[in-house]
Amino acid sequence: MTKHHVTTIVNGETVEFLTEPRETLLDCLRDHLGLTGSKEGCGTGDCGACSVTLDGVLVSSCLVLGVEAEGKKIETIEGMAAGAELHPLQRKFIEHAALQCGYCTPGILIAAKALLADNPDPTETEVRYWLAGNLCRCTGYDKIIRAVMDAAAEMRGVA
Amino acid sequence: MARVHLWSSLRRLAGGAEVVEVEAATVGQMLDALVKAHPGLAPAIEAGVSVAVDDEIIANARHSPIHPESEIYLLQRLKGG
Amino acid sequence: MPKDNATGEFRLIGTRPNRPDGLDKVTGRARYGADIVAPNMLHAAVVRSPHAHARIKKIDATKALALEGVKAVVTRADLPKGLTGEDLNLQENTLAGDVALYDGHAVAAVAASSALLAQDAARLIEVEYEVLPHVIDVDAAMAKGAPVIREGAADYSVPEGMHPNVVRHMEFGHGDLEAGFAAADLVREQSYKTEATHQGYIEPHACLGQLGEDGRGEMWVCTQGHWYIRRMSAAVLGIEAANLRVTPSEIGGGFGGKTTIFMEPLALALSRKAGGRPVKLVMSRAEVLRATGPTASASMDVKIGMTKDGKITAASVNFRMQGGAFVGMSPIGEALPCAFACYDLPAVHHVGYEVLANRPKAAAYRAPGSPMAAFAVESLVDEMCRELKLDPIDVRLKNGAKEGTKSSYGPVYNRIGLVETLEAAKAHPNYAIKLGPNQGRGVASGFWFNHGGETSVSLAIGEDGTVQVSIGTPDIGGSRASIGLMAAEKLGIAYEDVRVNVVETGALGVNEPTHGSRATFASGKAAVEAAEQAIREMCRRAAKEWDIPEEAVEWKDGAAMPAGPNAGKFPPMSIAEIASKMGSTGGPISGHHEVTAEGVGASFGTHVVDVEVDPETGRTTVLRYLVVQDAGRAIHPAYVEGQYQGGAAQGIGWALNEEYVYGEDGRLQNPMFLDYRIPVASDLPMIDTVIIEVPNPGHPYGVRGVGETGISPPLPALAAAVAEAAGVRLRSLPMTPAKVLAAMRARKG
Ligand code: FES
Ligand code: FES
Repeated sequence: MTKHHVTTIVNGETVEFLTEPRETLLDCLRDHLGLTGSKEGCGTGDCGACSVTLDGVLVSSCLVLGVEAEGKKIETIEGMAAGAELHPLQRKFIEHAALQCGYCTPGILIAAKALLADNPDPTETEVRYWLAGNLCRCTGYDKIIRAVMDAAAEMRGVA
Repeated sequence: MARVHLWSSLRRLAGGAEVVEVEAATVGQMLDALVKAHPGLAPAIEAGVSVAVDDEIIANARHSPIHPESEIYLLQRLKGG
Repeated sequence: MPKDNATGEFRLIGTRPNRPDGLDKVTGRARYGADIVAPNMLHAAVVRSPHAHARIKKIDATKALALEGVKAVVTRADLPKGLTGEDLNLQENTLAGDVALYDGHAVAAVAASSALLAQDAARLIEVEYEVLPHVIDVDAAMAKGAPVIREGAADYSVPEGMHPNVVRHMEFGHGDLEAGFAAADLVREQSYKTEATHQGYIEPHACLGQLGEDGRGEMWVCTQGHWYIRRMSAAVLGIEAANLRVTPSEIGGGFGGKTTIFMEPLALALSRKAGGRPVKLVMSRAEVLRATGPTASASMDVKIGMTKDGKITAASVNFRMQGGAFVGMSPIGEALPCAFACYDLPAVHHVGYEVLANRPKAAAYRAPGSPMAAFAVESLVDEMCRELKLDPIDVRLKNGAKEGTKSSYGPVYNRIGLVETLEAAKAHPNYAIKLGPNQGRGVASGFWFNHGGETSVSLAIGEDGTVQVSIGTPDIGGSRASIGLMAAEKLGIAYEDVRVNVVETGALGVNEPTHGSRATFASGKAAVEAAEQAIREMCRRAAKEWDIPEEAVEWKDGAAMPAGPNAGKFPPMSIAEIASKMGSTGGPISGHHEVTAEGVGASFGTHVVDVEVDPETGRTTVLRYLVVQDAGRAIHPAYVEGQYQGGAAQGIGWALNEEYVYGEDGRLQNPMFLDYRIPVASDLPMIDTVIIEVPNPGHPYGVRGVGETGISPPLPALAAAVAEAAGVRLRSLPMTPAKVLAAMRARKG
């Protein structure tokens, strides 16, 4: 099968890869670019483990084709910390024990970051509905919600 | 003599006895003595049993001691998630 | 060794430090099952039966093998013959033999140079089936005329005259049942049903296996127990266990479902056929749901006798469970002893049957058997409380098992904490909140035995006095942190100075998986013993240096100290100082502990839930939720709370939404998260927790396993709350909006 050449910006860096037209962006990130922080939990857009942003829009990368990334800007979990400094969400997730197995964590962090960019002061209900597309089977969400709210407060400078 | 309580489906294999008294100082000796007294029990015991000695469930320790006055219950081998 | 918990004072235990693997997990660096690659690696795909029950007449892989890049195909013919018992079960589930036994049963596997190519090749493998009659429902499977799934599979226990699909039977109890029921003011008998559910871990099964022509191999795999993977894979393939080195990846959830093999031997068998090239095999979500670990479905009858003031005089159950088409997979042996474990009963009787059905081979799921049993028994207790207008907590307190109670399954309880959980639930502010219209409250208790098991731990002192602990139980929910806390506590050093590593099968003696809520209990207990051993050696080294008797040295605050009248006066010798010289004082210092850990303490819990049911749609909203559970001792309370909350959420899903839906054709109709609907964030409220600490005398710090109990009470507690809110009692799960609405409409007539 002929492969397509794709040029895209991932976490601020220009990268290139070859992809079959039917390969998903998630597979391209994981298999062609070695960015395995984005996870596959379902492949059908139901779990959010593969969440990334595409030109600033939160997407399930398992529902995007690799070829669609041409010329776009992608942010993944690997780009969330600023060098050695964790994003407040990452720090709060550790502090609040908001992960058990941690498999859902990259997707939830990306989704939560997109939420806070949009709404820096969300209510608990808003956080719950925003994250309703990100499944976590381990935690019952309690500590995840608390971590997001706490990070939001810190980022607003009120904590 | 330690008293070993059998669950009902085991009793048929032990001539109907509900309680079997055995001379044994350890869990392993007790299981061996049971099989010796009632060979019909062998497949069930080999398939795996948990043993409760007085107030402790012993999943798998043949050398655990038992006392002459111990009350022992055989249970299905327990799984866990 | 003196029990540290006798002193009641801890430096580290009970604190909430950051977990050591947290950083890797929030940055995407942590490597899970599918995250690793090997040079020259192939990818595999599996061909699965589209039928619930079918004879496999022919498998033709010619077209697949003709594709460029396709390297190997395996079928059952490639596996050794002559296996028996559970090994045969495992082999047969890895690849069907003459007959495919359920929708999704693996029939063949193929390895190719890319994952997409492997999938293409799998589609080109032609399988000719002769469809056979199937049966899905547990009651239908034991009824007269049901298709026989396996002839002669029943064991010694099954009474004559039962359908051949009934393969195990058990019965036990004590006391005079008839007299007990005669003494009751109210005797009620009801039947309950629960559907199969899946553990629902978000990470699909994944492995990377390599097996050479010489029978030596390696595997990287997401699993709860890599020694199990090693033993089971070796048995299925007919190779030697020691020749297979298995390294566990980080694991994206297991809940019991990753304690066994499903596809791992396929990667190895394909590798061997492809000249030893590594083979990566990753399941899709649909494969996970169709072909891995669901729990049993159950059909249950319960009978209880109660006096007017709430004393239970006698109780009995008759449970039927199917665990798929494989013998020994249903948790009937656990469900029965769990049924009345919370109660002190003068007379109790249990009968259970395991039945085969054309469904996937069941695997353990969090407190296997206990949630179904709790649903049936706790529901009927609640129904009777309401009928007699008694407070459900008072009734449970009146009948609650405590130390010295003869348990429903025989042995007498040692120190347990059920009563404490009931009292704390009653005193909790949630229990006093006034309910509004269409709202209801439910209470239920639950139990799990917990487990010790085969455990091997090694602890080594580094040259700078920091400590590395090697454990064999994969860390699913923060156990590295809790084991590190215990080792640091014992050694008297900082938590940060202990690094806990989950190591591969080549590095330790055999370890059972992280299952049965045993990791913090058993690996923790062994780590404390290993630390104790290292401490003794360090005291010996100090004694030699000081030239005083060994007994005159004690270990305190991370240092050896002279103690007693004849010890003389020496400044404390710190662990770092001893470590820096260890090469010249006798060599490396380490401690090991190998044991089949006993002394587990059972964990009891009580949950209180408030719901609101929408009278228009039948949809249940969980308003608030409270988990009270005995942890013995909470080493890292945040991860104990996490277990309580996670267990409750899974139980809520089981109660309200989750079920395996089969079509007339016996095929699973909802093998995706869209339709197999686990709770999402907007379905749940915050989950309040109260940790009760009734120390387990069998653990140096009093730990009881906490992982499992929490999944059981939600099923009956939700049913009770819905009954109050909607005025209808649902005796079959899940309580979907449609089912609740239909029941409400039927009541109105
Ligand atoms: S893997 Fe993309 S949403 Fe689940
Ligand atoms: S922490 Fe395991 S799925 Fe969220």
